[in-house]
Amino acid sequence: MDKVIMAENLSLAYSNSETIINKINFSVDSGSFVFITGASGSGKSTLLKSLYGALKPKNGSLIVGGVSLAGISKKKLNFLRRHIGIVFQDYKLVKEWTIEKNIQLPLLINGYDKNVIDNQVDSLLKHVRLMHQAGKYPLELSGGEQQRVAMARALAHNPILILADEPTGNLDDYSSKLIWNLLESANKQLSTTIIVVTHSIPDTLMVDYKHYHIEYGKINAVH
Amino acid sequence: MQSIKNHLSLIIALLSILASIQIFIVTERAINAYKNNLATNYAVIVVSHKIIKPDTFLAMDDIVLDSQEIAPDSVIKKINSKMDAKDIELIKLGLPRFYKIHLKYYPSPVEIEQLTKKLFQNHSIYKVEDFSNIHDKTYKLLLLFKGVVSVFAVIILLVTILLIFKELKIWQFKHSERMSIMGLFGAPIWLRSVVLFRLAIVDAIISSILIFILLSYFSVNPWVLDQFRSVGIEVMIFDSFNDFLVLFSVSIIVSILLASLIVVGHKEEL
Repeated sequence: MDKVIMAENLSLAYSNSETIINKINFSVDSGSFVFITGASGSGKSTLLKSLYGALKPKNGSLIVGGVSLAGISKKKLNFLRRHIGIVFQDYKLVKEWTIEKNIQLPLLINGYDKNVIDNQVDSLLKHVRLMHQAGKYPLELSGGEQQRVAMARALAHNPILILADEPTGNLDDYSSKLIWNLLESANKQLSTTIIVVTHSIPDTLMVDYKHYHIEYGKINAVH
Repeated sequence: MQSIKNHLSLIIALLSILASIQIFIVTERAINAYKNNLATNYAVIVVSHKIIKPDTFLAMDDIVLDSQEIAPDSVIKKINSKMDAKDIELIKLGLPRFYKIHLKYYPSPVEIEQLTKKLFQNHSIYKVEDFSNIHDKTYKLLLLFKGVVSVFAVIILLVTILLIFKELKIWQFKHSERMSIMGLFGAPIWLRSVVLFRLAIVDAIISSILIFILLSYFSVNPWVLDQFRSVGIEVMIFDSFNDFLVLFSVSIIVSILLASLIVVGHKEEL
């Protein structure tokens, strides 16, 4: 099976601070569903940041989607990010844009036609059950609805990999369930590789998954 | 509402810059017009033993526009009541020659001094009246006026630049989150910055249109025109093509510079 992520002796650190992730080795198969857990400050979000190139490896190698992230150029990083969808706990939506425009963002960046973009946005709004909120701005929506917009944005361009950092951390049960369903269906139907950083894995998940745990800068396979 | 406020702050800053530039341009024009006015009313008087041809004066200095001989008739008329024509002709032959030299523009004190020296190089000239005392006062008054207006314009410009830098920080704060989010999805720099540049250019265009309307109004306002006429000069307050081109260019350059500084100074926060 193809590897979407391969890390060898990977060490991560923020500039002028101590090493957070220390010489870890792990890989993620294409089309798999992976959970990374760990206590607060263990470095799980730091690891996720390194997967979309926001933090460069201090040592070792990290390959995502066949692209080495050690010393990657801005141009190559942009190219890689066009094939990744990211979901954050705090949504990271552009507040001055409507929810449709937020969902359009990866499609615009990837140069899709206007008709394709419009159809895809309509379809995604239905998919995340937000048709009734069309035309609104993120701050006019509840937290759960904003996260559904962020999910729709992450799914819009059919990425090979979705990275989610505590995607249900601030949400009510209904929105949480919907987010997990969306991630599950992307994994099952589109074979999208999903990596979720979270404190706890939901019990209701109907998908095979791998579970890694981070502790003291090391990553260990749990399941 | 917030968006309008952000637009307004840049537009007001740009308007201040454009207004101070135009004030400077108009002051320059007014001073030049006033200098031309003074030049037409100003002449150097030369007294010579012999006849000097106009070409001789013209060859002395580039500043010389023309010369004319002052006829002695008016002086003689005052004393001719008891003299006969023969005596008058004899007196005329014995009188020195008076010349009035007009200059191309209103000279500086140094230029007057140089001209006087050149005139004295002609040995038949033995007296030059340059009215330097009156001239010096007027010239220094002009320089003072120009200096005051220039300082005023520079102060406005400095305050405006401070405003622009404040605006830069607000824009940096406002746009950096959007630019970072776009960066997360692989948007190239030009695409991340396009909104910013579009806003900057729109604000520059709005400022240019507003200053055009404002200056067009002032350029035909009777009160403003009367102020210039009262000191005997006609000044073009606003050249709707050339001045507008200068102001529009400044407005676009400042806005694009501002947007470029934000793009260059942007750091990804995510």
